[in-house]
Amino acid sequence: MDKITTISGIAVPLKRSNVDTDQIIPAEFLKRVTKTGFDDALFFGWRQDPDFILNREPYSHGKILIAGSDFGTGSSREHAVWALRDFGFQAVLSSRFGDIFRGNSGKQGLLAAQLSEADIESLWALVEADPELEVSVDLESRTVTAGSAQFTFEIDDYTRWRLLEGLDDIGLTLRNETDITEFESRRESWRPKTLPAK
Amino acid sequence: MGKTLAEKVWDDHLVVKGADGTPDLIYIDLHLVHEVTSPQAFDGLRMAGRPVRRPDLTIATEDHNTPTLAIHKPIADLTSRTQIQTLRNNAEEFGVRLHSLGDIEQGIVHVVGPQLGLTMPGITVVCGDSHTSTHGAFGAMAFGIGTSEVEHVLATQTLPLKAFKTMAITVEGELRPGVTAKDIILAVIAQIGTGGGQGYVLEFRGSAIRSLSMEGRMTICNMSIEAGARAGMIAPDQVTYDYLKGRPHAPEGADWDAAVEYWNTLATDDDAVFDAEVFLDANTLEPFVTWGTNPGQGVSLNDNVPVPAEIADPTERASAERALEYMALDAGMPMKDIQVDAVFMGSCTNSRIEDLRAFTSIIQGRKKAENVRVMVVPGSARVRLEAEAEGLDKIVEEFGAEWRFAGCSMCLGMNPDQLAPGERCASTSNRNFEGRQGKGGRTHLVSPLVAAATAIRGTLSSPWDLENSPLPEQMALAATTAEESR
Repeated sequence: MDKITTISGIAVPLKRSNVDTDQIIPAEFLKRVTKTGFDDALFFGWRQDPDFILNREPYSHGKILIAGSDFGTGSSREHAVWALRDFGFQAVLSSRFGDIFRGNSGKQGLLAAQLSEADIESLWALVEADPELEVSVDLESRTVTAGSAQFTFEIDDYTRWRLLEGLDDIGLTLRNETDITEFESRRESWRPKTLPAK
Repeated sequence: MGKTLAEKVWDDHLVVKGADGTPDLIYIDLHLVHEVTSPQAFDGLRMAGRPVRRPDLTIATEDHNTPTLAIHKPIADLTSRTQIQTLRNNAEEFGVRLHSLGDIEQGIVHVVGPQLGLTMPGITVVCGDSHTSTHGAFGAMAFGIGTSEVEHVLATQTLPLKAFKTMAITVEGELRPGVTAKDIILAVIAQIGTGGGQGYVLEFRGSAIRSLSMEGRMTICNMSIEAGARAGMIAPDQVTYDYLKGRPHAPEGADWDAAVEYWNTLATDDDAVFDAEVFLDANTLEPFVTWGTNPGQGVSLNDNVPVPAEIADPTERASAERALEYMALDAGMPMKDIQVDAVFMGSCTNSRIEDLRAFTSIIQGRKKAENVRVMVVPGSARVRLEAEAEGLDKIVEEFGAEWRFAGCSMCLGMNPDQLAPGERCASTSNRNFEGRQGKGGRTHLVSPLVAAATAIRGTLSSPWDLENSPLPEQMALAATTAEESR
């Protein structure tokens, strides 16, 4: 995973709350067995409307998505993160995220930054007033800068550290291999086993 | 201070306790796999040259893409067929047990685990599917994960996780006949909202929960995710043990005794403190249905569609306005005036044998409304056989409905069972998101009993509304009261 420090670019105001992952990417696109090539599938239903924000300039080149509350609720599909990433988004800002979506983002190097609802609304106003405004998300200092305005965001320490260092989660866990093996040796015999099949 | 059920299960799976902001490393007892969220995970293992650490704690089935008709024929949709074939190849290459289409144990992953006796109290269960919360009905800690985490569990049998907060949802009282577990959970979600459970494990407690069967408990825990929660749990009791005992993978002999002794210690201690508490009165609960495009947008069936102008919160008001437009409903119209084109009886929420019995108890000896298409989809091949042994398939067919093979079916638009644009469906599934059941489709979430009555009348209805209602007399009285109060 690439290290993340600062993400700068066009920010897209998505002024909707409760954007579930079925909206981010409908189920018909989940049949693929690859991890890339989902850019056309992003918000597929809504993008049929020519006026949808991602169909407009300069937002079609957006790098930062500023969304309403409860972004990424519902289905666990990581395809939602892949689709955002493939489209070009590197950060999503919201006042509240679906838990699984936030976890998936952290694994894939998509920065999910939590701001207060008031700050999200301020950012919407700034970006709508000047769509070309460069917005910067700085992971080191946990700040979002838009013109002369600055906001702070929350992200848990561990995810932040992993993103800053670009670390692979599985590799980190396998450093605890001895502990895992030791735990397994204590595992009670009544606990489920799928093999042999009965 | 005592511990909650969730905290006990968590603590007993600690491989490494996190420190200084690092997460805990939690051991996973059971990993369920299906075709949609696993191909990229197996690919990751292949690229890194890693094996599946514990194939003996892993089990796979085919459910999301599978057709529910003509299952012996090759799957017509090529991408679906490829995805299923990919799972078959991966299962073989990595030594994972797989129940394929046509196999007696095939079915919706969240029906298969409990049916095999693999789901049991006090264990951790994950699956690349948000409705993994279903398994919490047994007192397991069960939650959905993304594909990166699927790969992580395949490789390490663990997950790095921050402890969840705990929320008690206490439902006291006695449900009236015709009011079910589905109505409880829809009412809970309407009360706390789709984000209300975020970061929490919900523990469902109280006399109304205790009186539910395992099927009912699974329905409730299944939809915990629709309140934003990671997991839902119910402490195990005799109902749990009676359901589990004798199933193929349930513990036996001395193992069973040791397990029960441990399971009896899992209930939340009297002096434990939850991070949040919610209460619901079961006595006054009525059949509950959704009007909008998220599962929190629901009302009692006897109520009216909300009027957005009366909603104070501007975000919720905008969301309601948008939902009514998508759903093509008029503000303030009675819910019972809503006509449907389809009824879907199935999904991991409501496709177990008890759900099918409830549905068929209402439709028995009747005919479906003429212009309504009705599909009944058992949750697993085994449930289908069990239902057929009881003659339920005949009741369904004589009613004029379709009796299908097992799978996720019309719960999500990944297989041939879909709504056409603009079609409206009363569905026993779990999500009424825009386009969930097919592009442009409109979904009202309902219980199996409401689905049955709606299939008969063609408009959203409860069994109370039927002539010669098959339910006891006190229900008819309750219906009258509701009518008068309108």
